[in-house]
Amino acid sequence: MPKVTMRVNGRAVSGEVEGRTLLVQFLREGQGLTGTHVGCDTSQCGACTVHVNGAQVKSCTVFALDVDGAEVTTIEGMANPDGTLGRIQQAFQDHHGLQCGFCTPGMVMAAAALLAENPKPTEAEVRHHLEGNICRCTGYHNIVKAVLAASGQDVSAIAAE
Amino acid sequence: MPKDFGIGAPQKRREDIRFLTGRGVYTDDLKIAGQTYAVFCRSQVAHGRIVSIDTTATAAMPGVLAVFTGEDFKDVGGNPAGWLIKSRNGEPMREPKRPVLAHGKVRHVGDAYAAVIAETYQQAKDAAEQLAADTVIDELPAIVDMAAAVADASNRVHDEIPDNLCFDWGWIEDNRAKVEEVFKTAPHVTTLELVNNRLVPNAMEPRASIGEYFPGTGDYKLTTTSQNPHLTRLLVAAFVLGIPENKLTVVAPDVGGGFGSKIYHYGEEALVLAAAKKLGRPVRWTAERTESFLSDAHGRDHVTKIELACDKQGNFLAFRTETLANVGAYLSNFSTATPTFLHGTLMAGPYKVPAVYVNVKTVFTNTAPVDAYRGAGRPEATFSLERVIDKMCRELNLDPFEVRRKNFITTDMFPYTTPVGLVYDTGNYQATLDKAIEVGDVKGFEARRAESAKRGKLRGLGLSTWIEACGIAPSHLVGVLGSRVGLYDAATVRVNATGNISVMVGAHSHGQGHETVFAQIVADKLGIPEASVEIVHGDTSKIPFGMGSYGSRSLAVCGVAMTKAVDKIVAKGKKIAAHMLEASEADISFENGKFSVAGTDKAKTFGEIAFSAYVPHNYPLETLEPGLEETAFYDPNNFTYPAGAYLCEVEVDPDTGKVQVCSFTCADDFGNIMNPMVVEGQVHGGVGQGIGQALCENTHYDENGQLVTGSYMDYAMPRASDVPFYTVDYSCQTPCTHNPLGVKGCGEAGAIGSPPAVVNAVIDALHRGGIKVSHIDMPVSPARVWSAIQNA
Repeated sequence: MPKVTMRVNGRAVSGEVEGRTLLVQFLREGQGLTGTHVGCDTSQCGACTVHVNGAQVKSCTVFALDVDGAEVTTIEGMANPDGTLGRIQQAFQDHHGLQCGFCTPGMVMAAAALLAENPKPTEAEVRHHLEGNICRCTGYHNIVKAVLAASGQDVSAIAAE
Repeated sequence: MPKDFGIGAPQKRREDIRFLTGRGVYTDDLKIAGQTYAVFCRSQVAHGRIVSIDTTATAAMPGVLAVFTGEDFKDVGGNPAGWLIKSRNGEPMREPKRPVLAHGKVRHVGDAYAAVIAETYQQAKDAAEQLAADTVIDELPAIVDMAAAVADASNRVHDEIPDNLCFDWGWIEDNRAKVEEVFKTAPHVTTLELVNNRLVPNAMEPRASIGEYFPGTGDYKLTTTSQNPHLTRLLVAAFVLGIPENKLTVVAPDVGGGFGSKIYHYGEEALVLAAAKKLGRPVRWTAERTESFLSDAHGRDHVTKIELACDKQGNFLAFRTETLANVGAYLSNFSTATPTFLHGTLMAGPYKVPAVYVNVKTVFTNTAPVDAYRGAGRPEATFSLERVIDKMCRELNLDPFEVRRKNFITTDMFPYTTPVGLVYDTGNYQATLDKAIEVGDVKGFEARRAESAKRGKLRGLGLSTWIEACGIAPSHLVGVLGSRVGLYDAATVRVNATGNISVMVGAHSHGQGHETVFAQIVADKLGIPEASVEIVHGDTSKIPFGMGSYGSRSLAVCGVAMTKAVDKIVAKGKKIAAHMLEASEADISFENGKFSVAGTDKAKTFGEIAFSAYVPHNYPLETLEPGLEETAFYDPNNFTYPAGAYLCEVEVDPDTGKVQVCSFTCADDFGNIMNPMVVEGQVHGGVGQGIGQALCENTHYDENGQLVTGSYMDYAMPRASDVPFYTVDYSCQTPCTHNPLGVKGCGEAGAIGSPPAVVNAVIDALHRGGIKVSHIDMPVSPARVWSAIQNA
């Protein structure tokens, strides 16, 4: 079987994979990084979102071999170096932007990609950016609010707070 | 000022830390030594006779360890229905067997008829494809449409059930004649025929199960995506596989949402256990998303004719409904309660209507089973009522706000006995309506409408005033109604020797935040730090018993059991304190974590009492057992009755039919609030799902029974840009009168109250634009709105 090598959350990893092994399978089964979730088979739900070389990618849509040599970041790599919640993670907790937690890793990764590109997004831009991430629990209210808060914007005027 | 500790504090959730760092442990995240993989063969036709399944080639494929078919389970029990409903003529409902794997016939697309176990997932999947190719199924005509199913006795989902009817239920049958009389003489009757669209619950975590068998002890373990691990244990053990209940542990670890679909026991759970025993190795299965679409229990799917009788001023005289309710191909565990006692009993709404009659015919079809989905029966009742009331207002040119107001049960009328068998203990429907009008700025609507009109958009305002019965449920009552289980709950509070606390609760948290909120309550009651309290849930080997989380019951039933167990701890603590402080027990008071002798400064802290209970050197051993652990079961004596008023504003684009929700306002009465942040989140989620039902989601089976909307490519889940920020108010609080926390439950409210508010808003917008459309069925999609505009 071919061998794949990449850096995941700053750590060099490698493993033998089949040609059909998806990145998400490599991460979950090969590396034990089960924070990245599989919620659908059609690249719609976004629970498997990770970053590959800084870009937001649905890891159920790429083969592990396709990211050979790449820099991959998963939800497990989003905390601060001292282990405390990173800025976006903390905003999700502060604003109750998660309930069952299943879509959450994908939401955080999508939000991080948005804020890297657009540090002060509008509400509409946040909602548009999260188009590829489905949440069934929150009605999106507190997710959108958390992302706006993580961008440093004042969310105190947003309803129901 | 909001509290910053205990009951009522908007405490951040402790469980978030693991979910936000990728350290949650969901069933599919577990890796067990020696594990094997199950893949199911599922019917590709809606209805067919299984002619032959040749397992020879499959069994010889690489990695294949075992093949199971329906034949292997024909002698074990079926997955039973939890409620026995009787027809109007007194006959019990028809209950066909629901086998672990289909046997003889397949009855819906996705019906599992075989399973392959292999060393790897890919090997199992390849082998299942081979087995499907080696299976001969004679396709039969599919029974999809409910009216046709009942009309045509020649084509049967279950051969022994001639008219595909499960039951024909009247509620309350004795009121039928009286209601008919009212309709004959009523000054005005409004009639509305509507569809409550079938929905797929779509918890983001697909169902998954792992079966293990331990030959050394004969014990089984099932790790599964369940809202209800004890009920699953009971069903698997006592009804399906015949395992002694004490030899089976069911664990529901982190569960990624449920919304009803994970209340029930499914055949896959029995299969992985049976296979684990046969192989002596763990067997795991995780659904693909399309498998979930095909085999999870769906929700809603009612076709209803509702009639409202009133006088010319809009005073309600009677409601009458005729409903066809789809149960799909088999009876899921709560499927017969959902369209009956969770629906018919709510058909008086928050109104003082004197006469109500509900008829529900429940029909088998070649579709996936239908069962409780967030709200379960109550959204259907609310939608029918709130839509027909709006239609009546338009017909009689009456103000929909004032019509609801004048028909409300008033605060002086509680406890109020409805004509459909419930006793509402308390409420204030005027107050929530007033609050919604204020918070939703109804006064400013006209200006907003004019602004929308400038942009060529039609703006509408929709109202829904809803009530539900939750905190499910008083066993004595549901027993009379046909329930085969009790619906109490249980909790154990274990004070450890070092003074910290483990609380084992029957309720299961799969997003609701019990680990945080339940700890707030215990800490508040005992005057100790919240961090000292740990909530344990989801494991039948650790928890005394439980009936799970659904029907907005976690807090109102299990939370109350927990506080009763805390009360017992305090009572025992007083005895210990009395001994240690050499005082009379009657003189001991407990406040802020201290046991004190009244009128003195003599006191012992909670920690000192706990230590003494476990190191009983100075302890009344002759009259009191050591240790400090108490269990309580709590069975409520009534349902709880949250209620509220919801306002929705939409803009309709008359050129495209696209509806945009501009604002959504909720004014709810949930009684006392334990954690406002969590309550808001629950309402947001419910409203999001309600807007999804109203505007986006539809489960479409074609005439051959093929599920056309079987993936996220086809089934329109609401996305972030489909919904606005919501305004949620819960300041109107009439505490529940029959539980000590005064709580009512908030989990389902949003999904119950919101769909009619959205649809009423769309119809209002169209009328304001001069387009006289009386009704559009959900989902109110651009195509449907556009067609309605063209045909008006």
